[in-house]
Amino acid sequence: MSIDFSKEVDYVARLARLKLKPEEKEIMAGQLSDILDTARKVQEIDTTGVEPTSHVIDLPTVLRDDETGSSLTLSRVLQNAPRRQQDYFKVPSITAKDNGINAGEEA
Amino acid sequence: MNKYEVVIGLEIHLELKTRSKLFCSCSTTFGQEPNTNCCPVCLGLPGSLPVFNRRAIELAVTAALALNSKVQLRSRFDRKNYFYPDLPKAYQVSQYDQPLARGGFMEIESGESERIINLERVHLEEEAGKLVHAGNSIMGSAYSLVDYNRAGIPLLEIVTAPDIKSGQEARAFLEDLRSILLYSGASDCKMEEGSLRCDANISLRPQGSEKLGTKAEVKNMNSFRSVELALNYEAERQAEVLSAGGTITQETCHWDEEAKKTIPLRSKEGSSDYRYFPEPDLLPLVLEPAFIDNIYASLPELPAVRRKRLKEKYDLSAATAAQFTVNRALGDFFETAAQDYDRYNNLANWIQGDLQYQLRESGKEADDLDAKKLIELLELLDQGEINRPVAKELLTEMVNSGKSPKKLVKEKGLGRISGDEKLRPLVDQVISENPDAVENYLKGKDKALAFLVGKIMAMTKGRADPAELNKIIKERISNK
Repeated sequence: MSIDFSKEVDYVARLARLKLKPEEKEIMAGQLSDILDTARKVQEIDTTGVEPTSHVIDLPTVLRDDETGSSLTLSRVLQNAPRRQQDYFKVPSITAKDNGINAGEEA
Repeated sequence: MNKYEVVIGLEIHLELKTRSKLFCSCSTTFGQEPNTNCCPVCLGLPGSLPVFNRRAIELAVTAALALNSKVQLRSRFDRKNYFYPDLPKAYQVSQYDQPLARGGFMEIESGESERIINLERVHLEEEAGKLVHAGNSIMGSAYSLVDYNRAGIPLLEIVTAPDIKSGQEARAFLEDLRSILLYSGASDCKMEEGSLRCDANISLRPQGSEKLGTKAEVKNMNSFRSVELALNYEAERQAEVLSAGGTITQETCHWDEEAKKTIPLRSKEGSSDYRYFPEPDLLPLVLEPAFIDNIYASLPELPAVRRKRLKEKYDLSAATAAQFTVNRALGDFFETAAQDYDRYNNLANWIQGDLQYQLRESGKEADDLDAKKLIELLELLDQGEINRPVAKELLTEMVNSGKSPKKLVKEKGLGRISGDEKLRPLVDQVISENPDAVENYLKGKDKALAFLVGKIMAMTKGRADPAELNKIIKERISNK
């Protein structure tokens, strides 16, 4: 396969907030091509009438009762926070222009 | 504006009323100290695993059924991937192509007519954390602070079809939706605490056209009223752009409550690549038909049905039936009272008017009151034992002290003074003390008569009947 995947690599890198060097991009493009080739091979299998698998374990969902338990202490919660202010995690502004394409999305 | 048809679809997010979060046992209580209701699961720490909260599933199914949505026996959870600091895992557990419930509809009253608003889907997901912005708004703050107490609270997403035609209709829909969700007990629907939130997609198309126009997404509408204002504003804005030959760019905007306008937040282009994939940490959600049937059987009477029943059974106006539906406690009080009193409209008027006013004044709830006492009061009034002003006074007393109106009448000597025998001496006294007023009345001034009536009402502390006094005063003056 000699399809140029550099655009796809740029796109995925941007989604994943990865900064890649040109030589890394080249390696990734090659790997992406190999992965897609393998996927193409899998797609050749005839799956007519086969239910799509979303989970390999065939068990019923486990449900728990709606009861509250203990949470972590504040010091444990904030233990890994890169920056904190009072009892909050402190993060860079989310509306900065260079935040990339997914910036500013909210649930 | 009339050249265009407005097309609106709403996306409603609703926190379900559970004690613990969707996947862990951290408390969902609102207003706690920041970052104190957090654990490895809701913080997304490596190695932690989610376990479904049964109650969240029950409430989600309850809400879906109340909205006529078809609950799926099998649904699946997916990861919605995006980077945003309110999302500790950098993905949100949500549902994508196999939602909990599909379709559904709501009947709303829009102006004079009834309209059906269809739903696309109802699905369950996890709530994100809360960002506290430094400075006053999301725009232009240098950094943000994050509180993850909210992260992981069960969140229901309800998506409507693009069936809504105006800001007014969007508001009517939301008000009805809120009623239904409150009735079903799925959520407390407090917009001010963020447990109910609404985003809207709005576009315009030429009247009669089938093709949807380019849409804008409007966010940050913090009340039903701001939904109405924001959508009407955005519709006008788009109409102006289109009329001038311009085109609408697909974008997300924020409703600025102060400036009363929508402000573009960012370009929407390219932002929809959430790379959904099945959540490997959760098994597909499989519901037994009996589980769904049981919930369906235990649904309470829903607002639309109740509204209609109140209207028909008691011959109430549409507005009254609607009020007794929105204010469920007041409506329940009416129905209890109506078991012993069949002048329904009179009863409704007293409840909606004076009683509701007194409840507000005293800070009491309709549940605190004994319906029998109100009936006692209305019967005293109907039988002419007391007059209207006294009845109002007694109602105030009754609400505040909980005493029976009959007892109060006796205690305070508030029984009506009526009959020629009792009133004539009073009338004669007032006539002789106010010759000017009598003269004015004889000259044809009706105000003079009202003045005389007022004098006697004051003398009797409001216990006489003004109409009866009118009659007797006229008689006595013309007999002179």
